[in-house]
Amino acid sequence: MKAFLKPLLVILVCYLLLKIGVPLVGSILHPGTWPVIPTGVMKMYVFFIVTGVLLMSTFSDEGYDALVGPIVDLYTNPAKAMLKLVTVVLVGALGAYITYQYVKPTFDAPVELRSIHPAPPSSIKAFGKRFSLQKLKNPFRVEDKEQLAKSAEEGGIVYYKNCYFCHGDKMLGKGPFWEGFNPVPANFVNIGTIAQLTESFVFWRIATGGPGLPSEGTPWISAMPVWHELITEEETWKVILFLYEYTGHNPRVTKEHH
Amino acid sequence: MMQIDSIKLHLCLGAGCSVSIKNSFGKMFSRAVLILISLFIISGISTGKSSFLADSLVSPVFASDAQPADSDGEATADGEAAAEEGPSVWAPAPPPKLEASDYPIVEGWNARISVWIVAQLHLFFAAFVLGVPIFVWVIEIVGFITKDNRYDRMAHEFIKVAMTGFSLTASFGGLLSIMLAVFYPDFMEYMVSVFGKTMLIYALLFFVESFFVYTYYYGWDSMNDGGKKKMLHLFLGLMLNISGMSLMVLSNSWAAFMMAPSGLGADGAFLGNVWAAVNGPLWNPLNLHRFIANIAYGGSLTAAYAAFKFISATTPEDRAHYDWMGYQSFFIAIVGLLPLPFAGYWLTKEIYDYSQQMGITLMGGVFAWLFIIQAVLIGAVFLSANYYIWCSLGRTNGADRYKFMIQPLGLVIIFAFLVWFTPHTLVMTSTEMSQVGGTHHSVLGPLGVMAAKNGAVNLLILSTFLSFQMFSRSNTEVVGTGFWAKNGTAIQIGLYTAGIVNILALSIWSYFIPAALRIGLSIPQVVTTLIVCVVAMIIDMLRNRGTRDIAEMKWGNMPIRSQYSLFMLAGSFTWLMGLMGYCRSGIRQHWHVYTVFRDNSTEAFTPTLPYAAGMVTLICAIFLLLILFMFWMPMLASKKKKEQPQPDSAVEAG
Repeated sequence: MKAFLKPLLVILVCYLLLKIGVPLVGSILHPGTWPVIPTGVMKMYVFFIVTGVLLMSTFSDEGYDALVGPIVDLYTNPAKAMLKLVTVVLVGALGAYITYQYVKPTFDAPVELRSIHPAPPSSIKAFGKRFSLQKLKNPFRVEDKEQLAKSAEEGGIVYYKNCYFCHGDKMLGKGPFWEGFNPVPANFVNIGTIAQLTESFVFWRIATGGPGLPSEGTPWISAMPVWHELITEEETWKVILFLYEYTGHNPRVTKEHH
Repeated sequence: MMQIDSIKLHLCLGAGCSVSIKNSFGKMFSRAVLILISLFIISGISTGKSSFLADSLVSPVFASDAQPADSDGEATADGEAAAEEGPSVWAPAPPPKLEASDYPIVEGWNARISVWIVAQLHLFFAAFVLGVPIFVWVIEIVGFITKDNRYDRMAHEFIKVAMTGFSLTASFGGLLSIMLAVFYPDFMEYMVSVFGKTMLIYALLFFVESFFVYTYYYGWDSMNDGGKKKMLHLFLGLMLNISGMSLMVLSNSWAAFMMAPSGLGADGAFLGNVWAAVNGPLWNPLNLHRFIANIAYGGSLTAAYAAFKFISATTPEDRAHYDWMGYQSFFIAIVGLLPLPFAGYWLTKEIYDYSQQMGITLMGGVFAWLFIIQAVLIGAVFLSANYYIWCSLGRTNGADRYKFMIQPLGLVIIFAFLVWFTPHTLVMTSTEMSQVGGTHHSVLGPLGVMAAKNGAVNLLILSTFLSFQMFSRSNTEVVGTGFWAKNGTAIQIGLYTAGIVNILALSIWSYFIPAALRIGLSIPQVVTTLIVCVVAMIIDMLRNRGTRDIAEMKWGNMPIRSQYSLFMLAGSFTWLMGLMGYCRSGIRQHWHVYTVFRDNSTEAFTPTLPYAAGMVTLICAIFLLLILFMFWMPMLASKKKKEQPQPDSAVEAG
């Protein structure tokens, strides 16, 4: 019986770690949140934990017999008829409960598959002309360090006049207005945003804003303004320089092929 | 049109090359030539043009020929003038701008679905029949050197299974080339204008390959003298592989060109240098990836064959033989699998470098969730592989010393697997989103980026290798007193520890450095993994000088459930190939040739994820049914052989 219960115990511990441990760690990292594991991911995690534990427990004949033996015994031993009945009812009730949870009506909005970094188009129209994103470079990213610093400083002025209100003074995505938005403004310090993008990508995102997103980026819920209607092309490039200079990230660079 | 990858002109093997034809090369060649010619004629008739394919193969597209027709379909004045003056001077012609009406509609056929299914089936079989001869040849060499006849017998059996695959590959290749000509004539015309010369070489190489396939297979027994004839046979095997690889790299150049065209002018017109078009930025990454994947895939399918035979075996001898065969195939599949993520990584990096649009579509955009399925399948492959190895401990006589390691090893594998498939883009309900505090998850978010995944996949590989190493030494015991016999295990423990610490440290460090450097860090991680594997293996070899086998390996002493992990391996590989093949091809989106030749057919939309996954699943199901047929065919032949009365027994009966 001990060999039968051990895998179940391992599965239970893993489940509790995911269900409570992960949100607990998250709440310490970001006080005020309780970052649960989304249901879709949780299902995959649990499925593979159960599968993995079953594989670990059945590679030998002894392990297989220890795990399967009690189940076979339950279903074939006439002395355990009552226990069998209770088990069947409980397993059936669990199935019914899970099914009910799936089909019951809720007031939640439908789940949306939102891509945080959707693919850019090959070219965009902004500032009254067309830009090929494949070949686009920041004209203010020059070798001269003094000139670079000057452009970045000018970009900083543009940033604090326009972007600060949502993205914050430290670029953590927590400006004065941030709590009013869902999705929240991007955190540029985080390694998952501008650090892994090219400057042409960032140019596209600033210039065309939320409405310029493709459908997988859910343009209908983004509050990002269409900046090419509000600032100049030069200001856009300079603010990009500032974003990278301030955060200490380097833009992604791709090979020249053409 | 998104699925036309390798525009394969498998025109010569065809249905004429069935395994039943014995040694009649002349007959086979004449049939092949007839099939070749008839396919050219059919393709010409089907497009309503005078055999454009044949015309285009022998000459590049002339500027005057490429002038658009007017609304009545009449040639333009320039075209007429050119026709009167005879052949015009060749000049680069850009790809045509097509309308939906330029794509022929054949009633009852959906062009894209038809091409998708046939191209994928062709690629499945092609991967199998290109992969199997590679390791068959290597196994034959091992048998030749060690004089162990079991290897020779196994290699012969492998190639026997693959023989049906050759004709099926050719049949699907022929069907694909006809479908492409029928459904996408203008696209084919453009591809022929660029690659006509290499397509001719490709078609001719089939004659070469079929010569070596048949001499290699049918000459097996007659050349099996262990001497000069055997060496000649090995030479035939080498040539078979060289011709097969040449076919693969040629067709890869077309698929790579469609994704990352090169050798073209600014307007997409071919500039005339075929080598520039062939040697595009994705060609070599694709060559390497497919070469390794073919070996892994061939190994997994032959392992499934052995499992099939193991389960249906009725004697202990057969069980032992097919268990041994399954193990060897499994070993081949795993040897191919271990470097595969790195080859895939190189290919993806080159795709990203060529076009961030394609790169982001693949990894972070609309296809990102298909990549999660891919990650799940790769994890399933690793789980199956480890389970098979753990079950294999039952064959050995000293496994009890190692069984305690399986549970911690299993937990590491599960943990690494969970990190490996954690998505970067999370699907959340509004309630979950408010609990999380936005779309970025503070704990899972850092696990969704490549920094974490590189660490996870290297841990998965190291754990799998450790499982294998555990099995390989579980039947031995130390009897010597040499340095390696005494200290080998301690050094290996230190090696694994240092390797794991290095991999994890690099993963953690990569969170704090620029993207360009971060991507580059995957290389030292891979090198660490490879060094640990190779050095640990060398230490085992040195250690084995001071060891002896505890007892004979108990081949056949495997539970039936272990064999299902071999089926799982083959099924996962198949699904992976279908899914990733679609992703690689699909990221071109509405382009026949990316950014150069637009697909304006009515089917040029990117399918929804469930639709695409459903199609891939359907194709995999068809392929696996055909594979069952392939497994059954050799059994039918051997069954008939057994049923024939033996001369001696007939005498006895008389």
